[in-house]
Amino acid sequence: MDFSTILTYMYTEIALVGVIIAALLYDLIAGARGRKYFHGVICTLMLLFIAGTVWPYQQENASIFGGMFVYAPIYSIVKSVLAIGTLLVFLLSDSWLRKPDTEFKRGEFYVLTLSTLLGMDFMVSAGHFMMFFIGLELASVPMSCLVAFDKYKHNSAEAGAKYILSALFASGLMLYGISFFYGTTGTLYFEDMVPMINGSALQILAMVFFFTGLGFKISLVPFHLWTADTYEGAPTPVTSYLSVVSKAAAAFALMVVLIKVFAPMVEYWQTLLYIVIVLSITVANLFAIRQKNLKRFLAFSSISQAGYIMLAVISGTPYGMTSLVYYVLVYMVANLAAFGVITAVEQNSGKVNMEDYNGLYKTNPKLAIVMMLAIFSLAGIPPFAGFFSKFFIFAAAFEQGFHVLVFIALLNTIISLYYYMLVVKAMFITPNDSPIATFRSDNSTRLSLLLCLAGILILGLASSVFDGINLYAFGM
Amino acid sequence: MVHMEYYLIVSTIMMFVGIYGFLTRRNLLAMLIAVELILNSVDINFVVFNRFLFPGQLEGFFFSLFAIGISAAETAVAIAIIINIYRNMKNIQVKNLDKMKW
Repeated sequence: MDFSTILTYMYTEIALVGVIIAALLYDLIAGARGRKYFHGVICTLMLLFIAGTVWPYQQENASIFGGMFVYAPIYSIVKSVLAIGTLLVFLLSDSWLRKPDTEFKRGEFYVLTLSTLLGMDFMVSAGHFMMFFIGLELASVPMSCLVAFDKYKHNSAEAGAKYILSALFASGLMLYGISFFYGTTGTLYFEDMVPMINGSALQILAMVFFFTGLGFKISLVPFHLWTADTYEGAPTPVTSYLSVVSKAAAAFALMVVLIKVFAPMVEYWQTLLYIVIVLSITVANLFAIRQKNLKRFLAFSSISQAGYIMLAVISGTPYGMTSLVYYVLVYMVANLAAFGVITAVEQNSGKVNMEDYNGLYKTNPKLAIVMMLAIFSLAGIPPFAGFFSKFFIFAAAFEQGFHVLVFIALLNTIISLYYYMLVVKAMFITPNDSPIATFRSDNSTRLSLLLCLAGILILGLASSVFDGINLYAFGM
Repeated sequence: MVHMEYYLIVSTIMMFVGIYGFLTRRNLLAMLIAVELILNSVDINFVVFNRFLFPGQLEGFFFSLFAIGISAAETAVAIAIIINIYRNMKNIQVKNLDKMKW
């Protein structure tokens, strides 16, 4: 193996490291005056990065570094989905980063966010449990710094403490599981491990411990207790990043490990996932109904969406893989649109509660319509993209014979429709004497909302997107 | 020679003491120490499995080295966040972290 092989298969990670170094150097050299243009510089860099790596260059699976790093076209597609999500978050974070107390440390925000993205990329294409663990930690340690980014705010510090302690606990349990896999199989490479896995009691225990670590990252129900507090306390752009990009990467990595490594124990992890899915969807929906703070509300909504994502994982087929990636893409644009509106309103008026949104349509009709479309897409109302993504997910699980599970998920979709409509009702119907004043958000937020809106409207109708992903979901 | 089971008994006790401590301590630093116990029990597990079951290879040793390094980094970040909490509230008791609930 020489450098050209590394460059051929690791191009995404190498380019991302280049972007991180460029951002670090710019932060160092530019000074206070140059930092005014930081936003433009980093968005251009990200755009170049995405343009260069969006479509997989190599069409075959390959592994380098003796099997530690695995390349597959579908991984490359997932990485570009994550990168696009990061770019959208960058676009909508500008108005927050221009505030005087964050202005001087905006470089840190970009570098930390890109480091988590790098960690997720490594986690997705890991071929060895050590690589997987390092990727997971690289994704979650800078993330806790981002959650505690508003140093002088009590809520942000509290959220950061809750996040880092739960993350440490979860990764400790996950490592304990991995150590038993090592003890029973004698290897940590995914490929070598498969023939050694026989579903003995110790291995089932190890798998449950391992599942805990990733269940924490995806915030499935028994491991979700940190979610609402962290989402509420973290700065809003960080919350949007946490709810979309971090969750998507962990869900995909979980699916890859379950299918590739734990294939011989398929009936055990399907039982486990079955219980977790039912709990996640139901409990999160019931809690979402009683929320008054919009960020907490979206936190519970994202827990139930994670339950839906797991429906694709439980199917364990290439079709399920395609529908997972597609669902994540659609969920990303819809959720980022909702968070974009919340960020814009919060930066201009400082309000995040649902009753503050009463009568938003009267004063800010465009924002209200974007929010409405995003919520329709999250709830799965046709013809928006969310309907099609939910349909594919349900079809993937139904095909594998999980009829009762799909029925429970459908019932929960109806419950979720109720609380999603509460937001729309607040914005359009409930009268309010003193609604949020009319304001003009900055260009970068508008651009990000426009892109999300285009995604919500087009992704569902352009069938070529799903077909394009489906082309690469082979060989899983 | 000490048998493998004795090492595993020690590591299992450390693991569950860590879990118990994490759930019952009411001080952020004590919770952090409890988590460290969990991570250290994992390191013992890896080294013991490698030494006794697969003496021909080094994978377990390497994993425990990496796990030690990464958990040190995590602890540093956690302590930084705890110090930030101390600056904001002048103590680090868990009962004061109750602004956001339900």
